[in-house]
Amino acid sequence: MGLTDRELWTAVHGMILWTIFLLGFAAGLAGLWNLRPECVAVAGMPRQLRRLLSGLWVAAAAAWAAVLTGTFVLYPWYRARPPEGANLANYPRAYLQANPEFAEWHDGMEWKQQVAWLAPILATAVAYVAMRYGLGLAVEAKIRRTLMILLTVAFLTSGVAAFVGSFINKIVSMH
Amino acid sequence: METENTALTNGAAAAAILASAIGACALGALTAVSEVVASLRPLLAFYPPAGPLSGRAALAVLVWLAAWACLHASWKERQVDFSKIFIWTLILLAGGLIGTFPPPFEELGEMLRSMR
Repeated sequence: MGLTDRELWTAVHGMILWTIFLLGFAAGLAGLWNLRPECVAVAGMPRQLRRLLSGLWVAAAAAWAAVLTGTFVLYPWYRARPPEGANLANYPRAYLQANPEFAEWHDGMEWKQQVAWLAPILATAVAYVAMRYGLGLAVEAKIRRTLMILLTVAFLTSGVAAFVGSFINKIVSMH
Repeated sequence: METENTALTNGAAAAAILASAIGACALGALTAVSEVVASLRPLLAFYPPAGPLSGRAALAVLVWLAAWACLHASWKERQVDFSKIFIWTLILLAGGLIGTFPPPFEELGEMLRSMR
């Protein structure tokens, strides 16, 4: 049983790239949380910092790859116009709009596609600041807290994208 | 021999953080405006199969990078009032999150068109 092109790209986008982002986010948030003055003196902190930076850059790269594949590979398939008499199940946007009970999911899709772009922008900013300041962030509490907020907003926007995307895929899968 | 000042100011962080919020707000503003003014949508379809999303995203990324470059150039060696930057970051991020939700702006656009 093989995967079609569309199923493969959907899996890469939704299951692989956003999962990698989630792992990087978790490592990044935990790392930033632990980057406090009382923790910096602990032996092994430089190694933890390297892990934190790797996590943040991996999260940023995965978020970029996810929004690029989502926008330029999957979204054109989602919004393709069906020819006259076509089976709408192969045209997700048309299918959702043609069924009143699912029409609101199209609004959700429109939101998901825009808001997901915030994740890579915010994650890149967080990764850059963490790289530039390194252990110095331990004494810059305001900056560190702001980075954690930005990273959390990036996570929430990707969460919206994942939630809406998975439900739409449940209603009308791309084959 | 010159000594290098290794103390980091907060300007570079403020620039990166504020620029990301400016990019987010730009995405929200582009989405909201192009939903209200329907004639803008074809202009934003840089990659037609993806529709106006391609232009909104590309322009928002450009705004983000340009804002980052400008702010970084002017703040990288300065100590800035980070509390103000934090407040502006939250305001711009909220604007971005609100603007990226198209349905209210679509309805507003339709209402304005029906009034003409």
